[in-house]
Amino acid sequence: MADKLVADKHVRYILMAEKKKESFESVVMDHLRMNGAYWGLTTLDLLDKLGSVSAVSGGFAGNTGHDPHVIYTLSAVQILALFDKLSILDVQKVSSYIAGLQNKDGSFSGDMWGEVDTRFSYIAICCLSILKCLDKINVKKAVDYIVSCKNLDGGFGCTPGAESHARQIFCCVGALAITGNLHHVDKDLLGWWLCERQDYESGGLNGRPEKLPDVCYSWWVLSSLIMIDRVHWIEKGKLVKFILDCQDMDNGGISDNPKDAVDIFHTYFGVAGLSLLEYPGVKTIDPAYALPVHVINRILFTK
Amino acid sequence: MHGRERNEASKPEETAAKALELRSLQSQFMSNHHQKIYTQEAIQLSAKLLGINPEAYTAWNYRKLALESRIDEDSDPSLVDSIIDEELRVVQNALKRNPKSYGAWYHRKWVLSKKGHYYSSLEKELQLLNDYQKQCLVNDYQKQDDPKKQDNARNFHAWNYRRFVVELTETSEEDELQYTNMINDICFSIYSAWHYRSVLVSSLVAKNADGFMPKETIRRELDYVHNAIFTDELGQSGWFYYLWLLDQTLKMETPLRFSSWPSDGSIITTFCSESGSFPLILYFDQAVSGVSSSTVTIDSELKANEDLVWEPVSDNKNSQVDSCVWVAHLKFDSRGPCFSRKENKVKVSLGGIVSSMGCNLSTPYEFVFTVLHTVGESSQQGIVSWTDGFNNWDDAQSKDLNSFIALNADAGFEWRKEAIKIEIDHLRNLPDSKFGKLILARLLMAEETMISDDAVKGFHYTEILQLYNDLIALDSWHAQYYKDEHSVALLHKVTSSTESMFRHLFRYRNMNNIVCLRLNNLTLSRIAAVEKLLFVQMLDLSNNELHSAEGLEAMQLLCCLNLSHNRIMSFSALDSLRHLKQLRVLDVSHNLIGGEHPVDTTRYLCSSPLSNSGEVGREVPCKYWDAYLVLRDLMKLKQLDIRGNDLIFSGEEFSSFVRQVVPKLVWLDGHKLTN
Repeated sequence: MADKLVADKHVRYILMAEKKKESFESVVMDHLRMNGAYWGLTTLDLLDKLGSVSAVSGGFAGNTGHDPHVIYTLSAVQILALFDKLSILDVQKVSSYIAGLQNKDGSFSGDMWGEVDTRFSYIAICCLSILKCLDKINVKKAVDYIVSCKNLDGGFGCTPGAESHARQIFCCVGALAITGNLHHVDKDLLGWWLCERQDYESGGLNGRPEKLPDVCYSWWVLSSLIMIDRVHWIEKGKLVKFILDCQDMDNGGISDNPKDAVDIFHTYFGVAGLSLLEYPGVKTIDPAYALPVHVINRILFTK
Repeated sequence: MHGRERNEASKPEETAAKALELRSLQSQFMSNHHQKIYTQEAIQLSAKLLGINPEAYTAWNYRKLALESRIDEDSDPSLVDSIIDEELRVVQNALKRNPKSYGAWYHRKWVLSKKGHYYSSLEKELQLLNDYQKQCLVNDYQKQDDPKKQDNARNFHAWNYRRFVVELTETSEEDELQYTNMINDICFSIYSAWHYRSVLVSSLVAKNADGFMPKETIRRELDYVHNAIFTDELGQSGWFYYLWLLDQTLKMETPLRFSSWPSDGSIITTFCSESGSFPLILYFDQAVSGVSSSTVTIDSELKANEDLVWEPVSDNKNSQVDSCVWVAHLKFDSRGPCFSRKENKVKVSLGGIVSSMGCNLSTPYEFVFTVLHTVGESSQQGIVSWTDGFNNWDDAQSKDLNSFIALNADAGFEWRKEAIKIEIDHLRNLPDSKFGKLILARLLMAEETMISDDAVKGFHYTEILQLYNDLIALDSWHAQYYKDEHSVALLHKVTSSTESMFRHLFRYRNMNNIVCLRLNNLTLSRIAAVEKLLFVQMLDLSNNELHSAEGLEAMQLLCCLNLSHNRIMSFSALDSLRHLKQLRVLDVSHNLIGGEHPVDTTRYLCSSPLSNSGEVGREVPCKYWDAYLVLRDLMKLKQLDIRGNDLIFSGEEFSSFVRQVVPKLVWLDGHKLTN
């Protein structure tokens, strides 16, 4: 049973992952090196250890040689925001790339191949807000499209008619939060659906009814609940316990559930979840931008 | 890592070899991609790569380019067919490796949406999908206790893809409804099927399809879902669908309801020494737009009020915004001729307002109130006390105790009441079940709002409050949720009749006998029933468990508010107060503002640079930004109490900050400020 956050072990795990580039796991995830960098670096900052890595460079594909896509563009922008190096970006170029992906109905494609998903709406809005270029897109239409993905249970799906899923809910609620449109959310209906994600056996959260709990939902469900001010509807202590139980106490890293292998993705979500639960020693993370609060405040407030 | 056990022993030589093979495949692929090589060999290489690693998204992009390079408008149909077959096969292989691969599913969709109408086997696609989903379900069902089971029956990619194929093949919604029946017959806890059902049923009802009139559909669906919820103890999915049906029973085609201040038949008093206007508040039970001087007309002898400006009580002042609460200010001129008469009648007509749920106000609705002018004393100048200077309520005084009024006659009321009664009976017969009790409580609350007979009103509240107490004991993890619901029910109970209200009403002598409502010490964690409280000018909510002022924004007459001894954790939680332009006295002492609560749960529920709202370009200080945004809008604030809050607010720094932001402040923390 884990009774504390073994922060030092997680830091070591992340730094070692940087070095194990030729393992099979690493090669198979070559295409998302950019995301991995964001997850790893943000976790380090939350644990106050960002000084332990040197500056990162990278394009807006998942890795060099790969094709561009908004998913990796967001991670790139978030990484630069962490290091306060947004000035090295060609903001015009990046924001035009993203703005160019907005469709007539307000939705966003992920790249030139046209896949539409509310994840991309969130990514576009989050990214452009950080770059202070939100006026480059039609915000009203973007919001209208997101609202059209609202379901009868109060949640949101990938596209209109798609079922509610915690990941999409985070994206839609986050996008609405960043654009000041949370009044479109039925906070009571959605808040209740979200608080019912908590599993009575393990204390963890699942992503939709009848599914197994998973640490990554500690972020997606929790941040959504916080943005709509309904987080007091879950049992926080039990959730903390679940996340701590998912740690690898010996080698560091956090996994999706206590039995599975660890990875950077879940390490980030576990620590971010603990941040939202006000675990001592972890810096506060912003629930909408998924970056530390001090970073967001620095960027968005004038003085 | 999903699906990979910790400490899974793997031979280092094996994985190193696998890594090397994959690395080599990837480099060769990249080279082909960047050189735009689309030979058979190169294409097959990409298939091999995707079979091992379906997440190598660039390879899917490559295959799309390859397809475009091989076929065009004039291509031979059999060539097109074979190429499509090949793409679908690659997708199938990839899905075997990872059934949740976004890239794989999208590729299939892309291929068929581009070339689907050329594809001779399109009709088979739906059948393939049916078989796939059914097989997943059967597999899952057989391996119920196997922790490694894939759980593919709930694969949302497959369900999303289904909607695409249904549209492409023009399959009917009725057929799809049958399909969800088939899924439910095997297993009642596939939420995806219930969600899809709700979408189909809504659509069929909206289209007035044969056999799908609202009343009969709801009855049929309620009977259908009973099977799921009354037999499948542990499954949640049916319960969510049931809840949605009950919500539809209550809300489908219901008329718009509203309450107002002043209300119909009331008499309001203005004092000649005061500024020459008073607010007219409209509070709708659904968000509406289009409230303006063309949809709401005023007929009175007071000074010309034809071009009233109506504003929504929200951050966005655009008249096209949806808002539940709208305010306009009726002016009167104390020197004008009409003042020689003591009384003036005002007639208000509402028409042409549209709610966000599509309710239309078909015929205009009118109400009339009377404005009484008196010569009053000037407003008190001393400090306002919450303990001394109160008179009890005089029963003889008329009261604007109003609930929501329906704006249209509701023809469908009876069947709704019947349906709810039947469900209440069913739920009463269930053994102790969390969902059962919760839904019963909600239905009883709904029934209360449908009761118009004052004699029977308020009957259910004791049972409702008991149900929530039972739920807190039965399901302690959600205790705060039930507590909030309990508070809502309690407030509705208190405001349900004039007698119970009178016990909480007083008059404050020192301020022209304004109306004071005391709701202190009621363990309230949430504010509700505000539509009935629009007439209140002084509100005491001290000694409760409130963590936010959400809901108070509609109380436009409020000039004194006491929120001391609650659980407010930040100024952003008080954002609603920004809309209370008459607020003169605010007490938020003894809360938790500024303490050890780094996570701000109301950060995005207020207008600020974080949510790209509020006045653009206005400089907002980073420290105390939320206090700044709330306080600077309270133009009439004279008395503020923030004692007993934590840390960062103690000492001179915050006090001097407040005095800068609210220059007209007279009393701070009980002391008179010197200039």
